[in-house]
Amino acid sequence: MSATAATTPLLAVRGVRAAYGKIEALKGVDIEINRGEIVALIGANGAGKSTLMMTIFGRPRARAGRIEFDGNDITGVPTHEIARLRIAQSPEGRRIFPRMSVAENLQMGADATECSEAEREAGLERVFALFPRLKERVAQRGGTLSGGEQQMLAIGRALMSRPRLLMLDEPSLGLAPLIARQIFDAIRTLNRQDGLTVLIVEQNANHALKLAHRGYVMVNGLITLAGTGAELLQRPEIRAAYLEGGRRG
Amino acid sequence: MSAISARPSHAAQPSGSAFILKKALISAAVALVLFSLMIGVRTEAGPQGGLIYWTRFGDLAALVGTVFGGSIIIELLRQWWGPVDKEHIVPKPVQAAMSFAGRWLAPALLVFAFLVPVIFYNQRYILDLSILVLTYVMLGWGLNVVVGLAGLLDLGYVAFYAVGAYSYALLATNFGLSFWVCLPLAGILAAFWGVLLGFPVLRLRGDYLAIVTLAFGEIIRLVIINWQSLTGGPNGVSGIPRPTLFGIPLDNSDDGLAARLGIDFSPTHRIVFLFYLILAMALLTNWVTIRLRRLPIGRAWEALREDEVACRALGINVTTTKLTAFATGAMFGGFAGAFFATRQGFISPESFTFQESALVLAIVVLGGMGSQLGVALAALTMIGGFELFRGFDQYRMLVFGIAMVLLMIWRPRGLIGHRAPTVFLERNQAISSDLVKEGHG
Ligand SMILES: Nc1ncnc2c1ncn2[C@@H]1O[C@H](COP(=O)(O)OP(=O)(O)OP(=O)(O)O)[C@@H](O)[C@H]1O
Ligand SMILES: [Mg+2]
Repeated sequence: MSATAATTPLLAVRGVRAAYGKIEALKGVDIEINRGEIVALIGANGAGKSTLMMTIFGRPRARAGRIEFDGNDITGVPTHEIARLRIAQSPEGRRIFPRMSVAENLQMGADATECSEAEREAGLERVFALFPRLKERVAQRGGTLSGGEQQMLAIGRALMSRPRLLMLDEPSLGLAPLIARQIFDAIRTLNRQDGLTVLIVEQNANHALKLAHRGYVMVNGLITLAGTGAELLQRPEIRAAYLEGGRRG
Repeated sequence: MSAISARPSHAAQPSGSAFILKKALISAAVALVLFSLMIGVRTEAGPQGGLIYWTRFGDLAALVGTVFGGSIIIELLRQWWGPVDKEHIVPKPVQAAMSFAGRWLAPALLVFAFLVPVIFYNQRYILDLSILVLTYVMLGWGLNVVVGLAGLLDLGYVAFYAVGAYSYALLATNFGLSFWVCLPLAGILAAFWGVLLGFPVLRLRGDYLAIVTLAFGEIIRLVIINWQSLTGGPNGVSGIPRPTLFGIPLDNSDDGLAARLGIDFSPTHRIVFLFYLILAMALLTNWVTIRLRRLPIGRAWEALREDEVACRALGINVTTTKLTAFATGAMFGGFAGAFFATRQGFISPESFTFQESALVLAIVVLGGMGSQLGVALAALTMIGGFELFRGFDQYRMLVFGIAMVLLMIWRPRGLIGHRAPTVFLERNQAISSDLVKEGHG
C-alpha cells in the first residue's frame, strides 16, 4: 500500500447533499471513516441517517459534494458497481429474502462480488462462527426466523461479500437487549479480529457510542457533533436528547 | 413473515353458523343487485326500433339461490380444509405417500410423455391434444421465468408468442428460410421485443406493470392486424412451410422421409415428429430454467420477486436483472410461436388474443408460481380439462371457473406451492429442508 493510502480515510464524505424530490434530506454532510474504525452515526428519527448510508451506496445520488472510497471518487458510480468495490450494507429493517433459505440468503450476499469457491467457504465459516444459530438453520426459510436471527442473517449476508466497509442500519432495531448485545459483540469481534471497518447507524445511542471508536450526531440533514464515542457519551446535549429521555440500552 | 402473521388471524376468524349465514346472505344480496339488471330485466331493440323488455325473475331467483348455497358450501369447505400451509390436517401416512408420489411424479410423467406417440399412435385426436398441451406447458414454463421467478406480472405474454409465430411465418414464406434457421431467429426477435417492453416498465410493479404489459399485448396484435402489407392483416399468413427433419420433408414425395426409409407414408409421421419436436423444445425450456435458477442471475430473479429494495442494497443490478427475465421469457414464447406457426401452417391475429395470455398466466398461477412441475400439471389439467368438457360447450366455462375457485381455496399457492431451494451447503441438507418445509413452514 502506498503512503497516501495509509493516511487517506477509507471513506470520506464531503459536503454531500441529497434529496427526495424537493425534500432535502442531506444538507451538506461531512464524515470520515478511517481503516479499522467503528464509526457510529446517531440522530433522531428522520434526521437523514439512512439516507446518508444509501447515498454512499449510490441511491439516492448525491446532488452536490463528493464521496471518496479508498481515495477514489465514487460519487457517480452506480450502485451495483459500488458493491463490487466491496462496500456492503445491511439495510434498515433487515430485508432478508423471506421465501429463500438461510443458505440462499447468504449466497445472495456472495453473488454481489465475484468470489471463488474457497472464498465462499471461508465466508460461510466466518458467518457461522460469528452466529452459530444460523448454522443450525441453514435450510430454514428466512421468513420463519426470529427477528434476532433475521438480523444475524442480514449481517451475515452483507459479510458474505467480504466487505472492506460494512454499513449497518439500526442492527438492534426491535431486538431484546440480550440479542442486541450479541449483535454488538459480533460487530466488535469482526472489528478486532479482522480489522473490519464499520459504519453503524443506531437509535440505541448508548450502546453504539460505547462500541464505536468515534461518533457523529446528525440533526436535520447536518452533522452537528463529532468526537470519540466516550466524548460524545459525556456531552450533556447528547445525554439529554438520546440517553436520558430516549431509549436506553 | 406472512406464514407467521397468517396464523393468529386465522385462529381469530369467526367460524360459527351465524357467520356463514351472514356471509352467504351478503353474497346473495350482492348477487341480487348485480343480476337484477343483468338477468332480471332483459331489453332488446323491438321490430319498430323501440326498446322492448321482459322480465326473468325466475332465472334471477335461481341464480341468487345458487350464490347463497354456493357461498355456504365454499365457506364450509374452507373451514374443513383450512388455509394452505395446513399440511398438518393431512394424516402422516398420506403425507408420506404424497411425498413419495412427489418424488416420482416428474420422472413418471416424463417417461409417459415419451411414450405417448407409441401408445396412442392410431389416435390422431389424442396426439393433437398432447401437442397442444405441450405447447402450453412450454408457454407456461416460459412465462414462469417472468411471473413465477422474477415476480413481474406480465399480462401480454401472447405478444411474444405472436412475434415468434409471425417471425417464422414471414421469414419462411418471403425468404424461404427453413424452420431450423428461423427457430433461433424467432427466439432472438421475441427476446428483442421482450427487452423493448422491459425498458419502459422498469420502474413499474404489480398492477401498473400488469396494465402496461396488457396494453403491449394488444398493441402487437393491433399492429399485426393493421400492417396489412407485411402481415396480411386479419387474413393472416397461410402456406407456412411444414418443418423438416433437418432438410428431409415429412410428406409422401419421392425424397420424403417415408420414401427414403422405404416405409409406407402416413400423415401420422408428421404428427409424431411435431410431438417430439415440441417435447424437446419444452424440455429445453425446462432445463435452461432449472440451470439458470442455480446461477447468480436466476437467484437474482427470485430475490427480485422477494424484495427489490434488498436487491439494491446487495448491489444487484436491478435493471439488467429485469431485462434478462423479460428477454428469457419472451425468447421461449418466441420459440413456442414458431412451433405454433409451423404446426398450423396458417396463422392470423385471432390466435393471439388476450385470452391466450390469460390462459397461460392461469396455468402459471395455478401451477404454483415458480414450480416447473406445477406448471406442467396445470397445463395438463387446464387444456385437458377444456377438451373433456368440449361436449358441454355451454357449461365448460362454468365448470372451469368453479374448479379454479375450489382449487384456489384448497391450495391458494397453486398446485405445487413449495419452492425448491437452489443452494445446498451440506449433503444432508436436502432431507432437513424437507422436514422444515413440512414441520415449521
Ligand atoms: N424514499 C423517500 N421518499 C421521500 N422522502 C424520503 C424517502 N426516504 C426518506 N425520506 C425522507 O428523508 C428524511 C430522512 O429520512 P431517513 O430515512 O434518512 O431518516 P433516518 O435518520 O434514517 O430516520 P430513522 O431513525 O427513523 O430511520 C425524512 O424526512 C424522510 O421523510
Ligand atoms: Mg433510518
